[in-house]
Amino acid sequence: MSLTVSVPARAGSRIELRRLLRALLPTLSLALVVTAIAWLNPRAISYFGFTLMLNLAIPIALATLAQMFVIACNDLDLSIGTFVGFVCCVSATWLHDMPLLGALVLLGCIALYALMGAIIHARNLPSIVVTLGMSFVWQGAAILVLPKPGGAAPGWLHATMSVKPPVVPFPILAAIVIALVAHVLLMRTSYGAILRGAGGNPVAVQRAGWSLLRAKAALFALTGLFGVLSGMALVGITTAADANIGNGYTLLSIAGVILGGGEFVGGRVSPVGAVIGALTMAMAASPLLTFLRIPPDWQVAANGAILVIVLAARVLISQKGTAR
Amino acid sequence: MRVVLAQATARPWLWSFVGAAVVWLAAAAYTGGTGAGGMLTAALSLAVFTVIVGVGQMFVITLGPGNVDLSLPANIGLASAVAMKTMDGQDSLVVLGLLAALGCGLAVGVANYVLIRALRIPPIIATLSASFVIQSVDISYGRGLQIKPPPGFADFTNIIVAGVPLLAVLTVVFTIGANIALHRAIYGRSVLAIGQNIRAAYLAGVKVEPIRFATYALCGALGGLDGALLAGYFRGANVDIGNEYLLSSIAVVVIGGTSVAGGKANLPGVWGGALFLVLLLTMLNTFGVSAGVRLVLTGLIIVAVIAAAGGPKATR
Repeated sequence: MSLTVSVPARAGSRIELRRLLRALLPTLSLALVVTAIAWLNPRAISYFGFTLMLNLAIPIALATLAQMFVIACNDLDLSIGTFVGFVCCVSATWLHDMPLLGALVLLGCIALYALMGAIIHARNLPSIVVTLGMSFVWQGAAILVLPKPGGAAPGWLHATMSVKPPVVPFPILAAIVIALVAHVLLMRTSYGAILRGAGGNPVAVQRAGWSLLRAKAALFALTGLFGVLSGMALVGITTAADANIGNGYTLLSIAGVILGGGEFVGGRVSPVGAVIGALTMAMAASPLLTFLRIPPDWQVAANGAILVIVLAARVLISQKGTAR
Repeated sequence: MRVVLAQATARPWLWSFVGAAVVWLAAAAYTGGTGAGGMLTAALSLAVFTVIVGVGQMFVITLGPGNVDLSLPANIGLASAVAMKTMDGQDSLVVLGLLAALGCGLAVGVANYVLIRALRIPPIIATLSASFVIQSVDISYGRGLQIKPPPGFADFTNIIVAGVPLLAVLTVVFTIGANIALHRAIYGRSVLAIGQNIRAAYLAGVKVEPIRFATYALCGALGGLDGALLAGYFRGANVDIGNEYLLSSIAVVVIGGTSVAGGKANLPGVWGGALFLVLLLTMLNTFGVSAGVRLVLTGLIIVAVIAAAGGPKATR
């Protein structure tokens, strides 16, 4: 990714340029992946091609947003993958057979997430350890709900996920809508600013009279909500579930947030960036690697490598910009 | 009673042993006392593997907030394959195989540190990304690998003298050594100082980066050694052989009274935490619960114990 730019005379504008480059990095990465795919297989760039390639992008984008809300308050959710898997299993069984019970269970999960956030805050616990423990709980619960791969997605869910709008492929349309909703929620509402403040400067938020406990619970509840949506979207696409179906989403979601310009600390996250990051990961995760003829054994490694490369690019770009 | 309580509050790691004892008694009560001794022997044998990686993880976590090695499971898996391939089933190659596994783990640790330092990414992401690369290497390298460990090595990892596994005795010796390194050696004191305040440690002349490098390398090497021993104990290498050590290596450290915020480490607690976890699984197996229930209960109990112990602000 070498960009030839004329070096501005003043240091100030150079910092501006770096900042701009940094802000554009998510879009640039996505453009790079799309260009690579177009170059490797021109026929993939079509309505049908995008619908296929971005098939799984919606659940990945939703899971990434879920992760983003936790990262906004300086925490990390290592259980999001197994949680998405659990939601898939519930959606493919209870939500299909007994819609009311299924809906109640899923709402209960969101409440549980809020409770987890409250406990993490109240007892000042490390979120990594708590969510790592919870990942076992979700995995076990998923196995209990659906011991063998199977089940059936509710008809309405499957119908929603296979809508074919004119001109713009459904995944792209859905991604735009999801990004806008999350953007308005976190960046444009006054409570969204409080929520980001809880990660950026908790002391200031508390002194201003806001409850940090409530903010953290709200952010975790949002994670639960988007996790539930992600699982439902996933099962709507695959039409059946498996207890291990979401396991890869933990890395994908963290990678998506970071690709999208999020920071691990300081409440600096970007919903639009996160969705772009998720689309990049979704396309880089398998279509690109398949076109590059990378054997399946090495696709996991390629995912890890992509993450490292993007982080390296970011360090190169922002190194001097932030140091001064 | 008050004295006991005061002692227990002063030594939070005692609780992990109390927990282990409670769980063991519950399992023994369920079977009516039969096999209680065997349970303890088996628990000691299995706890060894958690303790070895737990010690490495403890040093890493003590470096301060955000420091954690998530690449241990992949590291263990790869090292187990490397060890088995190098030993090639021959007793004469055991030492070479152990060294190869150690070297493999050491390389992983060094790679982790390079990622953290050169790319300035948080250790969680660096080690997570690394673990995916290592996993792929292992899948590709260990494909169809069905080499049994040399009989001498397999027997060695299974030696039990008067109900006490030899590996457990050796690991206790190793833990005592690590405890001295932590509290008496410059290395351990430096790790603690960095964990308490990295800037203060730097200003006080602690060689921050070499110490961090050594810690990640040490953790990697211990993961490698663990992989070789596991392959010997379970008689074969496996890509998934290290999977359970992701949670357990972190959990035993936290349960054992080490602060996740860094700067405060506890070695006996690692043993207590490991015994607690292994006996917990033994108890759940004795009760005959299904795999799903076992996972749910393990997760819930770990979260509950950690929540009860509380974070840095809650405990004083």
